[in-house]
Amino acid sequence: MGAEPASSADVATGLASVGYLPSESTALVAYLATKLGKPVLVEGPAGVGKTELAKALSRYLGRKLIRLQCYEGLDEAKALYEWNYRKQLLRIQAEASDTGWETVQQDIFGEEFLLARPLMSAIASEQPVVLLIDEIDKTDQEFEAMLLEVLSDFQISIPELGRVSSTTHPVVLLTSNNSRELTEALKRRCLYLWLDYPCLEHELAIVKLHAPDLDEAVAQRLVEVVGMVRELDLKKPPSIAESIDWARALLLLGAKDIDAATFNETMSVIVKHRTDMDIVAERVGLKLAETVDAQPA
Amino acid sequence: MPSPPEGLAAQLLSFAEQLREEGVAIGTSELLDAFAVLREVEWTYQGEFREALAATLAKSQDDRRIFELLFDRFFFRAVEMAAVREGVERPGDDTGDLSELSETELDALRMQIAQALRDGAEGAMRDLARLAIATFGQQEQGSGVIGVDVQRIRRALGLRAEPQPELPPDDPRRDGVPRDALRRFEQMMRRELERRQVQRSGKLPPSRPLGELDRALPSGPLQDLAAVHRVVTQLRRRLATQGRQNRGYRRHAHVDVRRTMRASLQTGGVPVELRYRPRRPKRPEIYVLCDVSTSVTSASVFFLSVLHALHDSFRKMRSFVFIERISEVTDVFAHERDFRAVSERISSDAGVADISGYTDYGRVWMELLELIGDDLHPRATVIVLGDARTNGRDPRADLFGQVASQAGRTFWLNPEPQLYWNYGDSVIAAYERYCNAFECWTVAQLEEFVKALTRPVVSAAG
Repeated sequence: MGAEPASSADVATGLASVGYLPSESTALVAYLATKLGKPVLVEGPAGVGKTELAKALSRYLGRKLIRLQCYEGLDEAKALYEWNYRKQLLRIQAEASDTGWETVQQDIFGEEFLLARPLMSAIASEQPVVLLIDEIDKTDQEFEAMLLEVLSDFQISIPELGRVSSTTHPVVLLTSNNSRELTEALKRRCLYLWLDYPCLEHELAIVKLHAPDLDEAVAQRLVEVVGMVRELDLKKPPSIAESIDWARALLLLGAKDIDAATFNETMSVIVKHRTDMDIVAERVGLKLAETVDAQPA
Repeated sequence: MPSPPEGLAAQLLSFAEQLREEGVAIGTSELLDAFAVLREVEWTYQGEFREALAATLAKSQDDRRIFELLFDRFFFRAVEMAAVREGVERPGDDTGDLSELSETELDALRMQIAQALRDGAEGAMRDLARLAIATFGQQEQGSGVIGVDVQRIRRALGLRAEPQPELPPDDPRRDGVPRDALRRFEQMMRRELERRQVQRSGKLPPSRPLGELDRALPSGPLQDLAAVHRVVTQLRRRLATQGRQNRGYRRHAHVDVRRTMRASLQTGGVPVELRYRPRRPKRPEIYVLCDVSTSVTSASVFFLSVLHALHDSFRKMRSFVFIERISEVTDVFAHERDFRAVSERISSDAGVADISGYTDYGRVWMELLELIGDDLHPRATVIVLGDARTNGRDPRADLFGQVASQAGRTFWLNPEPQLYWNYGDSVIAAYERYCNAFECWTVAQLEEFVKALTRPVVSAAG
């Protein structure tokens, strides 16, 4: 089941076979991550496929994906492990009153009462996994510090049980939207990958992969327009996912070309802010109208 | 420059040393990683070598930018250094003197270059760059300054990014050459000229540091917009990090039941120790007042852009600009995010200079009190950016004192070095009694201030 890549080109073809077209540097870093067993910190604007990369890697390597979605206020109990205190309480209450404390204590801190959270399950897993720690920038620095032990030694200490260390080496991806600077200590332990919006040809290939029935000329036009839209200073530039959505929408509508009218109707698929829509309609809409006038079909 | 030790490992080390000099934090562990990585990739292939190094050494977008700049320079220099040491003459310089070409041949060359640029053919462009230099850039005509020579050759080739409708329709330059291709071509010419210079003089030109952040605030409104944007994004990220550190955990109010229960297991299910929810911090409310008279206008607009880029850290933010009277510009920033557009709109629409065009602080305070006097409360922060030069008019520090007493915190940012304060018509001392005055004429100082500002209010100052 598990693929074992021997070069970055292997990773590139492998990822492409599961529906993710990586850029050269993405493939290389993914390859290095599997080889060196170092976590990868993936940064980039929203919607360039950071999370998708982890999913694709798990499909390609044939490993289970364990995902830890970070948010403000995430703590160890929700990331590492937690004692199932309800069950523990029940256990204590169910105990006959003459049982000594010692015996009860031995009982209630067993694995049976442990709730494994994502990091714990990734480390304790028998099979190698892909661990995705999503949007690490949303957590606070204390949590990041806690991650350091997990990421460098792949082990967790539980005071009552002892140490749990990993038997297999997980591939770890951390994603960040850059909403804050991560600590140096964390960065030091990771390989760094910056994912940016793809170039025209690359995006065209991605769109074609996900909407294979779309007319060649329309697809070409689509990525050009999306590229144009991204050049504008928008609140939220369209992501790759949105180009794909747009391609599918155009396919459904049976559009033969992207002219000003089609664009205005379907623009809401790629632009999602009112002020942005005004800007886009003004700049790109006009440009489209011009080109249509210049070359009457 | 001492000659670097030989061998790849040594080269890598001195490359890392250069990166460190530019402020990229590279520790031993990064270097070890870099070496580990190089065992896994084919380092004879430039693309992979570069990406692999970047993944281990450059850990942020800024670092990556510096990495790119240095990588090219360093390895280019390393190759040239070796060539100089070994006394190797590069073949391919025997294109000879082509200045004898006839005008039609030159035209053909121009055409060919423009076509290559339009097609974006990398290899062809490199060869043509060499040819162009041989044709148009003979050494005796060269100015010795590479940048100047590059531009001279570009003009001689008639390459422009803008369309040139006067040219015949079959000329590839007519619609303008693509901007990136042109930039790449200039880069290649620069590289080639540099190489020739090295070969001619037999030694490397001194390397210059790239440092950028410690520069003074932009003084011309349109000066280096890219740098401004970079600083803003950088600031933004740093502030976001810093904000987090100071949040919460100060005074607690609500009991966190879940955590209390968990803690109670230590005591056999009896909740002896209470656990609390962290308190969410209060975000400050901000009123910014910026002088936009000619002397300080760019510092003001820059400062406003920074604050607006950070608007999510504040609960409410209103901004005003003033010269003789004041005008609210909050909306301008809400709609425009381009630094240039903002400064244009402020100068055209705000209508703040009435008669003389000189700052009138007295009138400004009066109007400010009218506008926001009722909204001010002890949790509000008022920030004034200006040089406090009254042009001989009455400073009306009493009115300013009134503003300051109604607001919780009042800051004054002076874009003049402290040395000039209170000289001439500067009356900062009169205002300083009511507020904290800061010197703010470099990006670093501004950053310090914004940091202090975004720190959450702990207790309301009277």
